[in-house]
Amino acid sequence: MRASLFIACFNDIFFPQTGRAVVSLLRRLGVEIAFDARQTCCGQMHANSGYRPEAWHQAERFLRLYTEADHVVIPSTSCTAMIREQYPALFAAFGSESQKRELAALLPRVSEFSEFLIDKLGSADVGAYFPHRVAYHASCHGLRALRLGDRPYQLLAKVRGLELVELPNTERCCGFGGTFAVNNAEVSSAMLTAKLQDVLSTRAEICTALDNSCLMHLGGALHRQYAGMTVMHLAEILVRTETSFAEAAS
Amino acid sequence: MSGPILDPRYALPFAEAALPVLRNAQLRKNVAHAIDTIQAKRARLVAEKADWQALRDAASAIRSHVLEHLPGYLEEFETRCTAQGGIVHWAADAAEARDIALKILAEAKADSVVKVKSMTTAEIQLNAALEQRSIAVFETDLAEIILQLGDEEPSHIVVPALHVNRAQIREIFAREMNLPNLSDEPQALAEAARVFLRRKFLTSPAAISGANFLIAESGAVAVVESEGNGRMCLTLPQTLITIAGIEKVLPRFRDLEVFLQLLARSATGERMNPYTSLWTGVTPGDGPQNFHIILLDNRRSSILARPVERQTLKCIRCAACMNTCPVYRQTGGHAYGSVYPGPIGAILTPQLMGMQHAQSLPFASTLCGACYEVCPVKINIPEVLVELRAEVVAQGHQSIGGLFERLAMQVTSFVFRDERRFQVAQTFLRFLARLLTRKDGWIHALPAMGGKWTQTRDLPGLPPQSFRMWWRDNEAREPAKDA
Repeated sequence: MRASLFIACFNDIFFPQTGRAVVSLLRRLGVEIAFDARQTCCGQMHANSGYRPEAWHQAERFLRLYTEADHVVIPSTSCTAMIREQYPALFAAFGSESQKRELAALLPRVSEFSEFLIDKLGSADVGAYFPHRVAYHASCHGLRALRLGDRPYQLLAKVRGLELVELPNTERCCGFGGTFAVNNAEVSSAMLTAKLQDVLSTRAEICTALDNSCLMHLGGALHRQYAGMTVMHLAEILVRTETSFAEAAS
Repeated sequence: MSGPILDPRYALPFAEAALPVLRNAQLRKNVAHAIDTIQAKRARLVAEKADWQALRDAASAIRSHVLEHLPGYLEEFETRCTAQGGIVHWAADAAEARDIALKILAEAKADSVVKVKSMTTAEIQLNAALEQRSIAVFETDLAEIILQLGDEEPSHIVVPALHVNRAQIREIFAREMNLPNLSDEPQALAEAARVFLRRKFLTSPAAISGANFLIAESGAVAVVESEGNGRMCLTLPQTLITIAGIEKVLPRFRDLEVFLQLLARSATGERMNPYTSLWTGVTPGDGPQNFHIILLDNRRSSILARPVERQTLKCIRCAACMNTCPVYRQTGGHAYGSVYPGPIGAILTPQLMGMQHAQSLPFASTLCGACYEVCPVKINIPEVLVELRAEVVAQGHQSIGGLFERLAMQVTSFVFRDERRFQVAQTFLRFLARLLTRKDGWIHALPAMGGKWTQTRDLPGLPPQSFRMWWRDNEAREPAKDA
């Protein structure tokens, strides 16, 4: 199977390790992975902030780059949700008839990372080994927009050595919300504090998720508070094996 | 500290209005405790309905149908209600609705009114207008009495005194009703209110109510409530004025089957609300002999004209959205600067008041989608929020922060339109970040708007290589490399 990686701009800049993990894991599972360097950003920040014409440029670019792709894999729940939920309206407003048809044909081939593993590859067991206590944060877009359901839990359940602990109030937002975190910084911080109380109550070593924007928010506060817990995208857990741990130790 | 202002024309922007609330430990405890309790009850009762999603679909379909055929149903309602002895008035805006109500009360020579809790009368600021004309207004809903006597503002559309706990209620009642030995037991508090109210019910010449539903086929009006105070107001005084938004109509009596199942479960976590009052016009010798209904537009028809925003008018005012909202859970209702707080308030308020007011409200959300999930009539609130944000941006920002944001959005959009620009911008960003990154690899303080992030959160410093750099160095040069 061939798939094209849409990394998402903030992963590209801040979290390249997530992209490397996706590439490495998908290769291990026999996927031929491509990366088109002409990609930039899905336009989520612009669309959600009310800057539609600006978002439209990125949406059009995405369609142009991936209209021929067999599959597009995106290690970000919110960017996948942007493409799936908001592109149709953007193309309805600004696009041509042929672009609308191309988008409709492309969308079923666009998958969030855990969707791609479970739905397209049919593999919950990816041969991972990760001997740590882990809590999973179900990002809002993964939970309610993409309806990922138990896909991430299926994946985590098959990781050897991993102790999964339940995160209370997992349906509750961490308070990031893109520009909300800055424009409503105090309310955002109050929401984050409530979320941290739940996250820390798990006594996990690592809090994982399928969206690095939530993890940047949670992780930024955990770091500020010397909380002794780190954050890590699920791909970075799934890529680990007994061998990779041995390599790291030697 | 001055009290909250629930008028979007004068209220502070959301982020500023939230600040005193965020520092008020008692208020935040009261709000979180109250909505967690209601949420838990709601979840239990929704879980026992196997057909919950089908009910939501039905309710959504009925409300959408009504909005598409609103003029016809309103005229049908007017005809039926008039035939049964009701008098129907049409009010284009808040001022006209207030004038009509004042005129009716003057004709009835009423110097006092009892009121059933009504969001619509709060929306048109009726109580202040009545008091200005020296008409004594007595709210009869327990929570509204607490607010009226305590000179407090409502913070929720179903449980307006949700931010006040019972020790605080005891204090208000003891002071205002002159009952120094009153206990804070719920029964004692309810009994005090009961005694206080009974005289008002029996002596007031007129009552004012809102409406939960108007039934087109019969001209009937429905009011649902929990305490029986509404039933007293709707039956004892000789003159009854009901003020209802034009969107409140349902086609048939049997449609109530759907909505009465959804409303109480969504609003208060009850299977059925204790009192449902239905009446049609006037019944000679029984109940109010003068029944007036004021149908209020107040920009509703302009909302109706916009295809995405129209769904806002499907709302049945259950407040499930604010009970589940993680933003509301922290701020309570006052920060929204409107009688309609929470997610529904964030979309309804700017539309009712005109988009030049309450511009901060569509941005007072993380777009987490929890509200859409629980809405019994399936209003896609995040979708409307984004639509309204685009309208705010199209109108142009007034603030410095807004201008800065516009510049940032245009610059990033320019950068994202070309991968070479993006590559250059990454290099520039890495250079800037290096200046700000500490030895631990993290950024602890950012300048300008970025300081809003680092006031409570660190930011990871930029790794030496972006993903695209890594790909270029390790992958792109070996295109033949296969797994």
